[in-house]
Amino acid sequence: MGLPVRSFDAVIVGAGGAGLRAALQLSEAGLKVAVLSKVFPTRSHTVAAQGGISASLGNSQEDNWLWHMYDTVKGSDWLGDQDAIEYMCRMAPRVVIELEHFGMPFDRLDNGKIYQRPFGGHTQEFGARPVQRACAAADRTGHAMLHTLYQRNVRARTQFFVEWMALDLIRDADGDVVGVVALEMETGECMILQARATLLATGGAGRIYASSTNAFINTGDGLGMCARAGIPLEDMEFWQFHPTGVSGAGVLITEGVRGEGGYLLNANGERFMERYAPTVKDLASRDVVSRAMAVEIYEGRGCGPNKDHVLLKLDHLGPEVINHRLPGIREIAIRFGGVDPIKDPIPVVPTCHYMMGGIPTNINGQVVAPHGTSPDEVVPGLWAMGECACVSVHGANRLGTNSLLDLVVFGKAAGDHAIEWLKANPVQKPLPASAADLSLSRLARLDNQKDGESVTEVGQDLRNIVQRHAGVFRTGEVLTEGVSKIREVAERVKRTAIQDKSKVFNTARVEALELDNLIEVAMSTLITAHTRTESRGAHARDDFPDRDDANWMKHSLYYSADQRVEFKPVRLKPLTVDSIPPKARVY
Amino acid sequence: MGEKERVRWRCRRGMLELDLILSRYLEARFDAMTEVQKEAFQSLLEYPDNDIWDWFNARTRCNDPEVEPVVGDIIGFAMRI
Repeated sequence: MGLPVRSFDAVIVGAGGAGLRAALQLSEAGLKVAVLSKVFPTRSHTVAAQGGISASLGNSQEDNWLWHMYDTVKGSDWLGDQDAIEYMCRMAPRVVIELEHFGMPFDRLDNGKIYQRPFGGHTQEFGARPVQRACAAADRTGHAMLHTLYQRNVRARTQFFVEWMALDLIRDADGDVVGVVALEMETGECMILQARATLLATGGAGRIYASSTNAFINTGDGLGMCARAGIPLEDMEFWQFHPTGVSGAGVLITEGVRGEGGYLLNANGERFMERYAPTVKDLASRDVVSRAMAVEIYEGRGCGPNKDHVLLKLDHLGPEVINHRLPGIREIAIRFGGVDPIKDPIPVVPTCHYMMGGIPTNINGQVVAPHGTSPDEVVPGLWAMGECACVSVHGANRLGTNSLLDLVVFGKAAGDHAIEWLKANPVQKPLPASAADLSLSRLARLDNQKDGESVTEVGQDLRNIVQRHAGVFRTGEVLTEGVSKIREVAERVKRTAIQDKSKVFNTARVEALELDNLIEVAMSTLITAHTRTESRGAHARDDFPDRDDANWMKHSLYYSADQRVEFKPVRLKPLTVDSIPPKARVY
Repeated sequence: MGEKERVRWRCRRGMLELDLILSRYLEARFDAMTEVQKEAFQSLLEYPDNDIWDWFNARTRCNDPEVEPVVGDIIGFAMRI
């Protein structure tokens, strides 16, 4: 194989909140830990999380982890696994206090306790009334968490490999994961990082959508690695959307704009929300507005040369209102939409924000896949946590502020579990002779491709197809067409070529390798969305408008090798309390 | 060699807003920058995302004399329609 090899107790791919939290457990236990990250750890996408982290501390109002659990199960539209949700909600107060002790600068009450703010979907007594449950550090909660965890890791001597991209998992003949192959961007050279424990914390993959709030780095690298290694992806049809992102950019325009009197127009200049929601019009719920926008675009009434967006008009509000009551909106529209909203409407489109699905895991963060009669057989040596994982606490839709909670609860759980596992498995298994073959063949293919496809063009086509066919407006027809189109894109991805073959910081090569991951995510999304003939949470099928618990209260599992979808049951039994029985999800 | 390539990668950030602004600015301006300006731009990239974003939105002021001029230039660049 010829590649240099370095050995560690644990290798963690990704240095956002989940990766850093796991790394801290392992390093503080005295283990030799390597963390790989495409960017400097504190520039991970966790910095973009502003809202807060939920925990039933009860500092501002009476609260209870069971109420938090109920809100989360309801938010998930009964697709979340109740054992994992109980575990997360019970652990929440402990992990938040722990972050406080690590030095995270939470906002505080006069009595010195952590201040908690209200957030949509958080309630007391099983939906009776709103409760203040979100802990925050101003509007920089994710940033504060990342910096706190990074500093602790430096102190614990975690070894960072910054500007390294993991390419593929290494599995031996038993199917055990024994490390990863990774590319150092500075040199363009590959190395094998051998490990007894491999943990994936690569975040979301929102870059499969033309309009996404996700940073450029969110290309689903861990999901692609698993898909290529024969591990299924779970619940990939479920993506959370926001109605108004700036078209072509993805930066959000606050819903406050419509609250102040802004409204949406189609290509005919029609205020189309009057047809979808005659009473509340543009102030309808997120789901209704997003879907109406998508229908207008899908039916050919979108604006612009590609008819791919609608317009958000607010010039009639006047400069006074725009500048004073909607601070920052004018700057966003100018910078990212190229229009001054005092004069012209802003091009907007429903925008992808969060991936509920991911790599299937149990509550210890161990990656699991069906084998024999068990739906959840462990893949030895492999863990996943955070947005890249599907444990599943978010089910069909995520409750606000549960994403940061997911990172720390399951980052810690995976770290703790890996420590015990490493004690029980002290011997490093040998690397298979073929350890680096897959990665090296991918790189060689890319370097030697003749008459290949442009990575930029194929990537744009991928994003446009996913946006149009697996966005918020889904029907059998829309999805069938989407599946056939994305399969064509998948064939083109196999023939991508790069002009620049240089070694040092070759962004073109990295983007080609990222595209290999994006196509796995895109394929899984379209095929599972096509398969699921019901509406649940964020997956809304126009042709199957109702939730169908009798047939569809189950997780989907997508296998890349033969594009097959299997299913496994939702875990309705919590760890210690009674199951929360399904009912209509109405707010 | 490789300087622009390295800087291009470091324009990859945690926040989408900075991905968009910094990479556009790099492609439009980097080649024409003096060595001093290039170094200042690279120094800017060392700062945390939230600090840079607050400077771009004039919520706080950049107090680093090396970086402050490039912040001003990027604000002007990003506000062109």
